[in-house]
Amino acid sequence: MKSAVVVFPGSNREGDVMRALRSAGSQVEKVWHAETDLPAGTDLVVLPGGFSYGDYLRCGAIAGRATVMDAVRAHAARGGLVLGICNGFQILCESGLLPGILMRNANLKFICHRQFLRVERNDTAFTRAYAKGQAIDVCVAHGEGNYTADGETLKRLEGEGLVAFRYSDASGQVTADANRNGSMNSIAGIYSDKLNVLGMMPHPENLIEDLVGGTDGRGLFESLVSSFATAA
Amino acid sequence: MKARVTVTLKNGVLDPQGKAIEGALKSLGVDGIANVRQGKVFDIELDTADKGQAEASLKAACEKLLANTVIENYRVEIA
Repeated sequence: MKSAVVVFPGSNREGDVMRALRSAGSQVEKVWHAETDLPAGTDLVVLPGGFSYGDYLRCGAIAGRATVMDAVRAHAARGGLVLGICNGFQILCESGLLPGILMRNANLKFICHRQFLRVERNDTAFTRAYAKGQAIDVCVAHGEGNYTADGETLKRLEGEGLVAFRYSDASGQVTADANRNGSMNSIAGIYSDKLNVLGMMPHPENLIEDLVGGTDGRGLFESLVSSFATAA
Repeated sequence: MKARVTVTLKNGVLDPQGKAIEGALKSLGVDGIANVRQGKVFDIELDTADKGQAEASLKAACEKLLANTVIENYRVEIA
């Protein structure tokens, strides 16, 4: 599998996600935001975390309109895989690739802690290495992760099974306490209609080594690589 | 030609920053504050003298970037 990790001014998690992709067996190339094309043969585009353009205007607003995003939109329209993590999720929402928006956390605090997520479905290219309903232990680190959408969008996301992950406790129970940023329906990540674009606030790339406290994030990258091994 | 664009949150969209400011004003003892909503103001200089063209440019600026119309409204005033 070939992954392209897009770097914007202010991205800062590209190194970690590249390492996670490589350790799962993907080839990885870095792509600057001003490029008009993705590298030939790109299977997966990753928009990493960070603070693109210093979060000016709205988080992800300026990056969402960068030159390279036309190529990312075209890739997604062809059915290509796109993963946005944290600021990458904000960029996907601002670019129109995913619905809704990430607002300031309801408690106004930057939150940075270990967080369990419930895997809502495991029949997508991103989650096949997990079990449905499994609680995975990853990290969150954001000030604007409060997922918000209008009632109709929310109904569609729920009705079509497009919620990827919800904030949960260690046993996979979706509780109010576990939803520390105030997201509607405890949403931590969502898919596009065709399930080929995933945006998520938490950082699976942080937890890929026992040395740093856990490996639950690995499954996401292994799922992606194995999807390609099967498809090829 | 100069213009001012004001971007505000739509009614019903939770505004935690506005709530925090409202709380701070109350704790400062500023009387008579019932509710605060935070927004953004953009002062824009246009390099055209044609009002119609300016309006079109400003509308495009708002729709494409300045406002996220999922949660925000915008208002354009040309000086």
